[in-house]
Amino acid sequence: MPVLCSSCDDKRAVLKRPKTGHSLCKACFFRAFEEEVHQTILAANLFKHGEIVGIAASGGKDSTVLAHVMKLLNERYNYGLELMLLSVDEGISGYRDDSLETVKRNQQQYELPLKIVSYEELYGWTMDAIVKQVGLKNNCTFCGVFRRQALDRGALMLRVDKICTGHNADDVAETVLMNILRGDIARLRRCTAISTSSEGEGVVPRCKPLKYAYEKEIVLYAYFKKLDYFSTECIYSPNAYRGHARTFLKDLESVRPSSIMDIIHSGENLSVREGVKMPVQGTCNRCGYISSQTLCKSCVLLEGLNRGLPKLGIGKHHRLHDKILTQQPLTEKEERKLKSVNF
Amino acid sequence: MCQVEEEYHGPLQREELPSVSKQCMKCKEAGAAVVIRAGDAYCRGCFKEYFIHKFRAMLGKNRLIFPGEKVLLAVSGGPSSCSMLSQVQEGLSQNAHKKLRFLPGIVYIDEGGAVGQSVEDRRRTVDQLQAVFRATGFPFLVVPLEQVLDLPSSVVLSAPGAPEWKAGAYKAAVDHFLLSDGSSGVTAQQQQETPPLEVQEAHTHSLQRLLGSARTLTAREELLNTLRQHLLVHTARSAGYSKVMLGDSCTRLAVKLLSSISLGRGAQLAHDTGFSDSRYGDIILVRPMRDYSAKEIAYYNRMFSVPSVFTAGLETKTADKSSIQRLTESFVTKLQADFPSTVSTIYRTSEKLQSCKSLASAGGDRCLLCVCALDTAAENASAFSATLISEQLSQTQSPEQSRPAPEAPPPASQCCSAVGGEACGNRGGGCCSSAEASEPPPLRSLLCYSCQLTIKDLSSEEVLPHYILSEAQRRLRRSQLREEIRDFLLEDEADEG
Ligand SMILES: [Zn+2]
Ligand SMILES: [Zn+2]
Ligand SMILES: [Zn+2]
Ligand SMILES: [Zn+2]
Ligand SMILES: [Zn+2]
Repeated sequence: MPVLCSSCDDKRAVLKRPKTGHSLCKACFFRAFEEEVHQTILAANLFKHGEIVGIAASGGKDSTVLAHVMKLLNERYNYGLELMLLSVDEGISGYRDDSLETVKRNQQQYELPLKIVSYEELYGWTMDAIVKQVGLKNNCTFCGVFRRQALDRGALMLRVDKICTGHNADDVAETVLMNILRGDIARLRRCTAISTSSEGEGVVPRCKPLKYAYEKEIVLYAYFKKLDYFSTECIYSPNAYRGHARTFLKDLESVRPSSIMDIIHSGENLSVREGVKMPVQGTCNRCGYISSQTLCKSCVLLEGLNRGLPKLGIGKHHRLHDKILTQQPLTEKEERKLKSVNF
Repeated sequence: MCQVEEEYHGPLQREELPSVSKQCMKCKEAGAAVVIRAGDAYCRGCFKEYFIHKFRAMLGKNRLIFPGEKVLLAVSGGPSSCSMLSQVQEGLSQNAHKKLRFLPGIVYIDEGGAVGQSVEDRRRTVDQLQAVFRATGFPFLVVPLEQVLDLPSSVVLSAPGAPEWKAGAYKAAVDHFLLSDGSSGVTAQQQQETPPLEVQEAHTHSLQRLLGSARTLTAREELLNTLRQHLLVHTARSAGYSKVMLGDSCTRLAVKLLSSISLGRGAQLAHDTGFSDSRYGDIILVRPMRDYSAKEIAYYNRMFSVPSVFTAGLETKTADKSSIQRLTESFVTKLQADFPSTVSTIYRTSEKLQSCKSLASAGGDRCLLCVCALDTAAENASAFSATLISEQLSQTQSPEQSRPAPEAPPPASQCCSAVGGEACGNRGGGCCSSAEASEPPPLRSLLCYSCQLTIKDLSSEEVLPHYILSEAQRRLRRSQLREEIRDFLLEDEADEG
C-alpha cells in the first residue's frame, strides 16, 4: 500500500524527510523546503528591499539550490532584490573548468548576471601554480583564505550590498565541532551566526539562507527539481581533521537525525566566560582587509609564495610580520625554516 | 567547493614521539617510572607528589570547599572516583599546612537494578565496595537507584539560600577553623554502619520499566544520568552534606562536553562540565579530578595499589554507534590516539564557557529534569524555531493555522477565542472555563531543549517517577493559572515557584 503524504493527506509520498522523518509528496516537499528558507530569511531579517545581493556560486549543489531558491522566493514574495551570481575561479584545471561551465549554464537558466573573479587576476597565482610550490598537504589553507577575500573583492567590484553563501546546516554543525576540537573559542562563538554585519572596510556582509537546511534535503531538492549541478569534490581535498569531524557528524545523524540541528542549537546557546581573551579585529597594514594581525593571512601567504618561502603563511610566524612589512631581509636561519615543506 | 572557508591557525600538529629519557625530569636523580606526556617523565616518588599536589591545587585554586564543611564523595567504583577517594585520604593525612580540612563521607549509588544485574551480583559488588569504604574510616552510604522512585518533588527545584561566597568568606572560615582547632573534628567523625537497604523486587521492576520505556539508548543514558544525579543531590541534602564531589576525569569531561554539544546542551555545558555546578542551589557539585587524564589515573592507581571495583553500566556490551554518548566516546578515543592533544584541547574549551548568567540569575523557569535554566525561548531565527517550523510544515495543515504551534490542534468549535482573539487550544469543543475537561499542555513545555529530545524518545511520559510527574502537574497548573489572570498582572513576573 502506498504511503500517503503526511502534509496534504492526498497524494502519494515519494520521500522521507531526513530532517523530520515525515513522508511527503513532491509538491509538499518543495513547498516545505522553500517555505523554511523563506521563514529563515524573514525571521533573521537577512535582506532589505532594493538591495543588490551576490550569490556565491561554485556550481556545486548548495550554491545551485541557493540560486534557484533565492530567485524563486524573490519573485514569489516580492523581496525586491537585485540578484547576481558571483563566482571565483581558483585556477584548478579539470575541477574549476567544469564547475564554471555549470555556473555559466545556471546564469542562463536563471537569467541572472554572472561575475567571475580569478585568483590569477587578484593574486597573480592560480591554485595549480600554488600547489606546485607548496604541495598538496597545505594547499587548502591557501584555497580557503584566498577564496574568502576573492568573494569580497568581487563583491566590491560589482557594488554588491550583501553576499549570500550556500552553507547548509551540516556545514554549520561541522564547524561547531571543528572549533571545539581546535579549541578556537572566538570562532566557536561566531560560527553559528546567520549573518556577519559589515566588520570593516572592504568587507561585504554575508549571510547563509540555507543555515537550517539539511544537506540531504538540498540533494533531494536538487534531484527532484532536476537542477543542473557539478558534483565532484574539490580535488585538493580538505584536511584530515575536518574529515574526522565530518564523519563524526554523519554518524551522529544516523543515530539521531536531529543531531545536526541540536549541535547548531548548542552553538547558538554557548556563552563564553568573561575575561577570556578574544583576538582584536583590526585591518591589514598592506591591503586594508580585516585582520587580527599586522598583515592579513592572504598577504602573508602571498608574500611567502612570491619569496619562495611557502611555510611563511602556514605556521605561526607573527613575529616576522613587521620585517615583511618594512621589507627587511630575513636571517638565514629564518629562511631555512620557512623553505622546507614536508610533503 | 573547498570546505575551508575560514583561515586556520596552522594545521594541527601530530605530536612527536616522546623522547624516552631514562631520568626523572623533576629530581633528576631517580630513574623514570612513568611518562605522562611527551617528555614528562617522573620517578615513582615525584609522580606521587605531582599527583597529590594537583588535587590540592585544584581545590585551593577554586576555594569552594570550606574548612569543616561536610563533603560527600560520589564513588562509582571506577578508577577515577576511587582515585579521588584515595586523594582525599592522602589529603587528610598530610601534615598541618597541606592538610585538607573538610569532613568527607562516601556515597555509592547501586545501579545494578537498572542494568538487570542479579540480586547476588549486586550484593557481591556492594560487599567489595564496602570493604574499600570501610578501610578509609569515612562514613559511607550505599543507596540503590530504586530509591529514586520515592524522591520528593523538592529535588527538581533549585533550593534557595545558595550563599554567594563573598570574597573574604573563605579566608574568614579558614581563620575561624584554625582558631577552633578543627583538626580534632576531622578525625573524630564516626563511621556508622548503615545496613544496605533491602530492595523490593517491585521497585526494581518499576525502575526497569522506566528505563525500558526509552526507545533509544541515547535517551536511556540521559534518563539514567538525570535520575542518578537527583538521587545524589537528595542523599546529600538529607544527610546534611553541602558539597558533592564527582570523579569526572579530564578525559571523561572531554567526552561529556562533545556529547553534550551533540545532544543540544550547549546552554548547560558549563554546569555539565565545569569545576563547580550550582544548579541545585544549596548542594554544589564539584569535579576535583578534572585536571587528570584517564591515563594518569590508571598509572597512579596501578603504581600505588588504589583499589577499584568493576560495575556493569548500561552500555558495557553495546556497539559504537548505539548511542550518541557511546559514539562520542569512541570518536574522542580514536582521535586522541592520532592527535594526543585532542582531549586537553576540548577540555580547555570547557574552561572558557559559562552558563547563561542572565537566565540563571533572573530566577526564570528551570528544566523539570536537569534543573538548568530553560533554553527554549523560541527566538527569531534559531535552530529551535526552525525545527518547529519544519515539523509544522510537514504535517497536515488547516487553513486557520498560520503560526507555528505544532502541538495545538485548531479549535473544533466556537470557543473563547471569539473574545480573546486567540484559540485556547483545547480539544473536543470545550471551553477554557472548564479546566478539567481540557487537555493539559504537554510536559515538554517544562523541559529544556535537550531534555525534550529525551522525553520524545520515551514510549510514554506516564512511566516517569511520581516526584517528576507531580511537580510537572503543579507547574502546569500554575502556568495555566498565570495564563488566565495574565490580563490583570501589571508586570510579566517570573514564577517564583
Ligand atoms: Zn503532499
Ligand atoms: Zn592584507
Ligand atoms: Zn581546497
Ligand atoms: Zn624524581
Ligand atoms: Zn533539561
